[in-house]
Amino acid sequence: MLEIRNVTKIFNPGTVNEKLALDNFSLTLEAGDFVTVIGGNGAGKSTMMNAIAGVWSVDAGQIIIDGEDVTKLSEHKRAKYLGRVFQDPMTGTAADMGIEENLALAKRRGRGRFLRSGITQKEREEYRELLKILGLGLEERLTSKVGLLSGGQRQALTLLMATLQKPKLLLLDEHTAALDPKTAAKVLETTEYIVNKDNLTTLMITHNMKDAIAHGNRLIMLMDGKIILDIRGEEKKRLTVEDLLHKFEAASGEEFANDKAILG
Amino acid sequence: MNILDLINAMPGVFAQGLIWGITAIGIYITYRILDFADLTVDGSLCTGGAVCIMMMLSGYNVFISMLAATGAGMLTGLATGLFHTFMGIDPILSGILSQLALWSVNLMIMGKANQAISVDKYSLLVSLRYIKDVPVYKNTILVVAVCVVLLVLILYWFFGTEFGCAIRATGCNGDMARAQGINTNFTKVVALMISNGLVGLSGALLAQYQGFSDVNMGRGAIVIGLAAVIIGEAVFGKIFRNFGLKLIGVALGSIIYYIVIQIVIWLGAPTNSLKLFTAVIVAIFLAIPYWKEKYFTKPAVKKGGGGHA
Repeated sequence: MLEIRNVTKIFNPGTVNEKLALDNFSLTLEAGDFVTVIGGNGAGKSTMMNAIAGVWSVDAGQIIIDGEDVTKLSEHKRAKYLGRVFQDPMTGTAADMGIEENLALAKRRGRGRFLRSGITQKEREEYRELLKILGLGLEERLTSKVGLLSGGQRQALTLLMATLQKPKLLLLDEHTAALDPKTAAKVLETTEYIVNKDNLTTLMITHNMKDAIAHGNRLIMLMDGKIILDIRGEEKKRLTVEDLLHKFEAASGEEFANDKAILG
Repeated sequence: MNILDLINAMPGVFAQGLIWGITAIGIYITYRILDFADLTVDGSLCTGGAVCIMMMLSGYNVFISMLAATGAGMLTGLATGLFHTFMGIDPILSGILSQLALWSVNLMIMGKANQAISVDKYSLLVSLRYIKDVPVYKNTILVVAVCVVLLVLILYWFFGTEFGCAIRATGCNGDMARAQGINTNFTKVVALMISNGLVGLSGALLAQYQGFSDVNMGRGAIVIGLAAVIIGEAVFGKIFRNFGLKLIGVALGSIIYYIVIQIVIWLGAPTNSLKLFTAVIVAIFLAIPYWKEKYFTKPAVKKGGGGHA
């Protein structure tokens, strides 16, 4: 479903801040894969997401989504294949627009936008039903401005928006990191539900090792723009945080220094 | 300081305020909806006036001329939009570049700095002379009011369409818009074109109203328009929630602005100081939200467990 072939991305080339963010990076996802991604700061996790989403162009390599080479496509053109949820709850929604208007914008992802009505009565009913999945009571607040919602509510809504049109690939970029633990757990539960329901191919970055182990069928760890660990199948099911730390030390030759990721 | 002088001036003030109200609605679209401070306006207002007057002087019908003025305004918006999206120039500078270029373009259109049109020889849609002692249907205030209402209805419909929503999303959150597959460069250019089309139309009405187009007629237009937007929101913000009513509020804000200016003139302020007065008022109004936040908000309470997630 997704194929990243030998992608390289260098930020600020030729300056003292030059940073090799993705180093000849390759990754292949089969349809229905749910891959969790961990790694320290600057490991290249978000860079990998942004390369797939086309936020900027990559310096070398190819990105193929469902057989189509999207390497040269601009961000808005790739959007038809991708559902995205960002770390910052502010990024995924339009604060000055209503809940239903945000959903209607997402509903038209990958379609032409013309002079037809921006939202129809039929859609409103559909969204009302859909919002019930979240269990946040948003179905009673269809016309409320999204800016009035809490971070957790906005992330849950963004998740719904990202999957309203079934994406070829769902990109979750630390989408629970900015939430309090209870809300984060709730959003993660909803994520799991939606991904299973629609059998979505998913790439989820998290800085929480427990979450990375508990979810998905494959786990990758990034360091210095490369994959240093790739655990899947039965091995992934039996994995514990301790195993993961040992594997990390063996693979990288250094101790894992991020308490937050270990303690979760 | 005869109060009757002031009262007698009011119908003219209303007409002028409403005509500028169309400019203000154009500015509302860029400044509030697109979140793009577009300085093209200072040039495109005159472009609209110049095109309208020159076409009428060459014998074209007033409606054709006004349509052409609107089209010319849209082209100025296209120029600014391309400076920004295609050439990567920052919004303010894109507008300033267009504004500067339009100075020359406007002179080229008119052939000189000022072109007059006689209300007696040409059938104008609006004029200073059509304020009093004319049949109701010819009254400039009514004609412009009908124009404003029609424009607001069209804009209300448009910003409710799929494409209109895409423009609103672009202004509200560009990252989100692109993630939803919206070509934000395209929506920005179209919004700038609509905005400056309205400004061009407003310039065409203004030139007819005052009986001439002048290369200086747009100077400070952006600030006057912003004043109207800000006054409209301050006065009607609490009662006008609906988008269409907000636009009406902006047009009314423009009328209030001209009433205030008229009172200031009536009180004996030198007309040379009016732009200074306007600039100070707008600066203060723009500062109010900032001051509110800085001096009158209690320290924000931190949310949740702060990063334990």
